[in-house]
Amino acid sequence: MSKQHLIDPEICIRCNTCEATCPIGAITHDANNYVVDATICNFCMDCVAPCPTGSIDNWFHVAAPFSLDDQFGWTELPPRPADGPTEVADALDAEAEALLAEAHARAGGRARAPATASKPRINLFNRANPARATVVGNRRITAPDAESDVRHIILDFAAIPFPVLEGQSIGILPPGTDAQGQPHAMRLYSIASARDGERPNTNNLALTVKRVQEPQPDGSVLRGVASNYLCDLPMGAAVAVVGPFGATFLMPDDPDADIIMICTGTGAAPFRGFTERRRRTAGAVRGRLMMFFGARTPQELPYFGPLQKVPPAVLDQELVYSRLPNQPREYVQDRMRRRADDLAALLGKPTTHVFICGLRGLEDGVEAALTEIGHTHGLDWPSLRSTMRAGGRYHAETY
Amino acid sequence: MADGMQGVDVDYDGLIPNNVGLNGDERLKKALETWHPGYIDWWKDMGPEGFQEALVYLRTAVSVDPKGWAKFGFVKMPDYKWGILLAPAVPNRTIPFGKHKGEPVWQEVPGEYRAMLRRLLVIQGDTEPASVEQQRHLGATAPSLYDLRNLFQVNVEEGRHLWAMVYLLQKYFGTQGREEAEELLNRRSGHEDNPRMLGAFNERTPDWLSFFMFTYFTDRDGKMQLEALAQSGFDPLSRTCRFMLTEEAHHMFVGETGVSRIVERTCDAMNKAGITDPTATAQIRALGVIDLPTIQRKINMHYPLTLDLFGNEISTNAANAFNAGIKGRFREDKLTDDHALLDSTYPVLRCIDGQFVEQHVPALSALNMRLRDDFITDAAGGVGRWNKVIEKAGIAFKLTLPHQAHNRRIGEFASIKADPTGQILSEAEWVARVDTFLPTPDDAAYITGLMQPVHGAGDYASWIAPPKAGIDGKPGDFEYVQIHE
Repeated sequence: MSKQHLIDPEICIRCNTCEATCPIGAITHDANNYVVDATICNFCMDCVAPCPTGSIDNWFHVAAPFSLDDQFGWTELPPRPADGPTEVADALDAEAEALLAEAHARAGGRARAPATASKPRINLFNRANPARATVVGNRRITAPDAESDVRHIILDFAAIPFPVLEGQSIGILPPGTDAQGQPHAMRLYSIASARDGERPNTNNLALTVKRVQEPQPDGSVLRGVASNYLCDLPMGAAVAVVGPFGATFLMPDDPDADIIMICTGTGAAPFRGFTERRRRTAGAVRGRLMMFFGARTPQELPYFGPLQKVPPAVLDQELVYSRLPNQPREYVQDRMRRRADDLAALLGKPTTHVFICGLRGLEDGVEAALTEIGHTHGLDWPSLRSTMRAGGRYHAETY
Repeated sequence: MADGMQGVDVDYDGLIPNNVGLNGDERLKKALETWHPGYIDWWKDMGPEGFQEALVYLRTAVSVDPKGWAKFGFVKMPDYKWGILLAPAVPNRTIPFGKHKGEPVWQEVPGEYRAMLRRLLVIQGDTEPASVEQQRHLGATAPSLYDLRNLFQVNVEEGRHLWAMVYLLQKYFGTQGREEAEELLNRRSGHEDNPRMLGAFNERTPDWLSFFMFTYFTDRDGKMQLEALAQSGFDPLSRTCRFMLTEEAHHMFVGETGVSRIVERTCDAMNKAGITDPTATAQIRALGVIDLPTIQRKINMHYPLTLDLFGNEISTNAANAFNAGIKGRFREDKLTDDHALLDSTYPVLRCIDGQFVEQHVPALSALNMRLRDDFITDAAGGVGRWNKVIEKAGIAFKLTLPHQAHNRRIGEFASIKADPTGQILSEAEWVARVDTFLPTPDDAAYITGLMQPVHGAGDYASWIAPPKAGIDGKPGDFEYVQIHE
């Protein structure tokens, strides 16, 4: 099976914008239809945003591509292949798609984007044609003496358009090859800044990267290729970036949406983006942001300092620690139970969204807590979760 | 960064978003900042009435690179970022036609063509605010929030197109350009003493069917003019128009799908009620939909008005502009002739002594007609798609474009009367039959009666079908305009 880019002839108005936009001449037309040549199209997506109708945004899994003559003869798209995805793809890049599928695997079913989320752009840059970003910031955001080295890294795109939405990810291509002589695998990182950059109207984005260095039973230390590459980057260094990716784990645009954000460690990255977005649109916003954020200690909690400065009116934050000296261990699910009344009130509203992001296993604790809160507050959480997921209001991304 | 990316990054920090390096040109920056308050006053006075405080889900062009082309978000219209955006320069571009063909394109206005260029810019620029003025009352009767949003998107982009022309006037035409830019804000559509420059832009847009017809036909004239100017040897004009075309496509979309959705709804209602005769007007109107013959009469009115915009059949102005390398033909770059046209002819249907005569005239003097013919071909495509909707519903009716001599006010056919099939009529015959060609007072009263606002998210008026796809991939019940405080 391969992917094919198709134009819906029922919606297309033949305005020629796509043909004029395509940089490699993959789009052509006859008296009947505008069509994409599967032998030329490289999924660069340049034609997608300028299309005034949305007819251009169709991606089919096909055994054999439809020829130009097939497409010229259509009055409507053929039925979608039964085994193909019916929803928007998170990525058209197989490597990134597999990574995201894995991260979303434990949401309990196929995720949908929030109904009011902006339409994401995906796959604008790929391995063959990565965007070259420049490191303009790289600072440690865990305490100097903490064991965990987490960094806030800012990548600037200068004049290269790299449109992103809060909740999307980018792929990093570490230079060099692995032991088999293959290029290193792509790693995905959530974007930790708002769609319009670290400051409004800057063409950059931030990542929250934890240096992976885990002692192994044999005494060696496993050092993550991409995370160590990123954490060691000096200012001014060039980085090959692909993406953006992700079409479901996206911030709702509805100013009335209440958002419950549950995270551990670097899982806070997308929620920093959400919070920044809300700060910048504060005038129009009526919905609440509520965050449960777990780490071992304040020293190891990414963005501990900056979070102290976020006013409660913007963000209702519960920072939770599992390794405080002389204190019982507390996890996010424990704190959620203590805020059961508030959570139940939010979950009862049709505008509430739940986002979970962090280490694998986080969902299980959250699931148990929400089920319990449901019991005590007259909510059938498993069925509510299905409803919310189908409506684009429940999202989990864990790794 | 590749060379081709020059001029792609947009400065969004200043008052006027732009990719023309406004910060490095103090004189121009000051001129535009002086013009800006007048523009905002004009928008508030003459822009969409009653919705200036509403939050509208609008597309804003943020880059001329397709990867970062536009963003969508809720904005109040007076806060919309109207900017100056030029498509990327094509390296080593040469003048594609006329007597300067093959010479490097001009980055400054050639002295001998100043007056000609200025006039072209002013005429093009005048149409942009005119259409906003014509459409300013439509918000009160929008058939849905989706349509209301599309109306406002068209309006803000026409506003941006005014900016585009004003930029060229201010940058390249000194004091005269500044005065012309002021005048663009002073003329008023339909005003007795100070009207807009072209006839079709002084007509009322009384209802939404007219609005869709206008965006389908008249904005398509805009597309043809922009396509011809995008070929210009004056490079800043070419780059401006190339970028405007990507926005103009949305206006065409609004018109084509608007009419198509009305046709769809009518056919659907007829089928559900078991009505097979499309001329059973009273029965069909009782269903709260617009009968197909009325839609045909609206076409018969708007299409000729738009043909008039192409000017006289034989025109020395058009010949001069082409010869000078200022205004080319539709997709000149795809044509394979000599691009000089000195020795070639073009067939033109003329009206001589009250009769139609096809004449082969010098191609240079027939350029208006050539563009008009390209327009007719382009316009016929959508009519064909409307007919597919009717055909699919199994109703025996066909919408058609009337003959080019029908109902004309400019050019050689203005002196005669012809029915939509091109039969020449006497004055008496015309008066006797005009009610079957053109919208009648009865049609107008019926349509006006239908024009009641629908403001529920996901709701549509009785006479129009919902769209096949939402804007920016939004679901059917998305609240495109937040009217409440």
